[in-house]
Amino acid sequence: MNTRVNNETSGPSSMRLVLTLAIAGLVSGIAIIGIYESTLPTITANKARELREAVFKVLPGVGQMQALVYRDDELVVVESQGKDEPVIYGGYDESGEFVGYAIPAAGPGFQDTIAILYGYIPGDKLVVGMEVLESRETPGLGDKIYKDLEFVAEFSALSVEPEIVSVKKGTGSNPNEVDSITGATISSKAIVRIINEAHTAWATKLPAPGSEPAMQVAETASTEAGQ
Amino acid sequence: MKKNESYEEFIKGVWRDNPVFAQVLGMCPMLAVTNSAINAVAMGMATFFVLVGSSFLVSSFRNWIPKQVRISCFIIIIATFVTIADYTLLALVPKVHKELGAFIPLIVANCLILGRQEAFASRYPTRLAVMDALGMAAGFLLALFSLGAVREILGDGALFGVKLFSENFEPWVIMILPPGGFLTLGVILLFFNWIKFKKDEFLEDVAEAERSGN
Amino acid sequence: MKKRDPELLLFHAPLLRQGMTTPKAMRDVLVALAPATVASVWFFGLSAILVLGSCIGGAVAAEWLFADRKARGESLRDASGLLTGLLLGLTLPPGLPLWMAFLGGFIGIALGKVIWGGLGHNLFNPALLGRAFLLATFPIAMTTWVPTLADGGFLQIYPGNLALPFMQAQVDAMSAATPLGMLKFEQEVTPLAGLVFGNVSGSLGETSGLLLLLGGLYLWLRRDLDWRIPVSILLTVVLFSACLGFFDDARFPAPLFSVFSGGLLLGAIYMATDPVTSPVTPKGAWIFGIGTGVLVMLIRVFGGLPEGVMYAILLMNAATPLIDRYTQPRVFGRGDDPE
Repeated sequence: MNTRVNNETSGPSSMRLVLTLAIAGLVSGIAIIGIYESTLPTITANKARELREAVFKVLPGVGQMQALVYRDDELVVVESQGKDEPVIYGGYDESGEFVGYAIPAAGPGFQDTIAILYGYIPGDKLVVGMEVLESRETPGLGDKIYKDLEFVAEFSALSVEPEIVSVKKGTGSNPNEVDSITGATISSKAIVRIINEAHTAWATKLPAPGSEPAMQVAETASTEAGQ
Repeated sequence: MKKNESYEEFIKGVWRDNPVFAQVLGMCPMLAVTNSAINAVAMGMATFFVLVGSSFLVSSFRNWIPKQVRISCFIIIIATFVTIADYTLLALVPKVHKELGAFIPLIVANCLILGRQEAFASRYPTRLAVMDALGMAAGFLLALFSLGAVREILGDGALFGVKLFSENFEPWVIMILPPGGFLTLGVILLFFNWIKFKKDEFLEDVAEAERSGN
Repeated sequence: MKKRDPELLLFHAPLLRQGMTTPKAMRDVLVALAPATVASVWFFGLSAILVLGSCIGGAVAAEWLFADRKARGESLRDASGLLTGLLLGLTLPPGLPLWMAFLGGFIGIALGKVIWGGLGHNLFNPALLGRAFLLATFPIAMTTWVPTLADGGFLQIYPGNLALPFMQAQVDAMSAATPLGMLKFEQEVTPLAGLVFGNVSGSLGETSGLLLLLGGLYLWLRRDLDWRIPVSILLTVVLFSACLGFFDDARFPAPLFSVFSGGLLLGAIYMATDPVTSPVTPKGAWIFGIGTGVLVMLIRVFGGLPEGVMYAILLMNAATPLIDRYTQPRVFGRGDDPE
């Protein structure tokens, strides 16, 4: 036994150890690059499709979209979004006519951050759709904010003037009132608060109705090619 | 004889030495992603792929890997397979990948996988190592599935998203939440130990009877 | 027991008195709970009997099923399963489907007691554990409250009670908010008289503060209860809400409202004092009570839920072994530092 231990301590040279690890690392690296390269197109296409579907869902009648960011006091069309730069999406109908904005927003819910996307038509000052992108609200209660279609429908023509308010179920009558979900008051209030906050943040940055950035045709073409 | 040996290695992982029910390994994915059957199965398949792939490679190269750096080599091999599984799931089933989230990369830290490399694959010929990995991975998959199925049936009244009961079924919300994972796992472990206990008791009785008969 | 202890007593071992046995203590608690139970039947009619019965049935069934075959009679005789079922039932909404009540009782005993090794070994109060399970499992049914019965409605059963096993309760047309819920979500204060006499909506046993206090008094006279725990809980709650009222009268509950609303009295008198799951030392009892009181108010005022007594007591249950360890009296004659 003793001799064996001695043998092992004087075993393979450190050169061989380094070499083994280097080869293993190299092969592993090549394999990872290979899988990354081969799956990347599908992954980006999936992500883009998901986003398009969400945008089209919250903005009825939209056929094309482009990403917009607020830079140097105006809304500009961007190809890729910068880091930490809030981006919103302009929705346009098939003929390239501007319809509305799809604005991503997030805020604290009952359990964790709720991320939503809502459609906003600046001309009428109306919220026309709301889609929950991410939420960890309690299954069975809080998750009604996207499972309860009645609640989601509350956001299909909602005035943001002066601000959205949540009221007890069955009492909403004004165009800016949302019926809360029974048993999930906190989650429903959270959605309303998130939209209000995002609206306040964006209201001053959006250009006057009618002067929105035009749909850039080349932009879409390059995005399509990228997919 | 040889066939029997591989079969033995396979079946021990599925039942007698089941990684979850007998060895209580891999608890982190076990509790975290079993809130629905589909998530559990996806996780099980990813682990299956990683375990079998790594065991095959480790066993094939076991004579070339120096003892001093074996753990690092195992980890490199496992991590590569995990990354491949991660990207493949992301490309093929983005919805499931989103649900599983960080737990796919965390397969690399599943002690079941490294444990099999160290305890088995690095010491036995490739054929046995693969059989062992297949058995262990199948046992893990079975455990994940049984937990996921129980939790989805009670918590959502469905299996693989198909509603099993009438519209009025009252879901047991706790089953989809983290405590449900602990409760279900605890009850299943209890059940397994009870079976084992009863079996031992029975075998003892038989032995007793034989002795007195002789 | 009957005579007050003299100032100085000289005994030699054994010092245990046989006066107090488990079945006897359990029976005392049952007697103390009787007025509140009768009141729950008075306010909620036949439904109260059905819900309480289901809970007790579930608890006793679990007790019987998991008991050792030889000791089955023994474990049922001390009535602790019965008491757990009754206590759990008193914390449930009157309109709860009966199968859920049964399940709650069963889980309370199975996960709250049997699995720990039986009576005396459990870390958490079994009744509250059962309730926590039900609340996490059926959040909607557990927070659907019904108004108290109108006169002469005794035989009327709330439709929610009769839901088939594993099926949903039909959504009740007549639902009502509890006083705490009204305060939290609608900023409405319920008059104190209703809270004291019990004519408010809420769970079966928490509505009548007066009768609960009466039962507590009986238990204290029978020496079945460590008075420090309820007193320190209630005192903490009163002080806490008085301090809050100092800042904003309208937003925060008044001290007496805090005491009489929700399950505070039921929890403080009958559940926090469970001898198995509360500290044994006097100092520990104070710490336990103050901790519970603070947690109750924190959850009620700042948390997402209207009521926090259950979680407060369960959390302090978990801290009990630690409290016991740090408040152990030092052996007489040793210095400050036991090391």
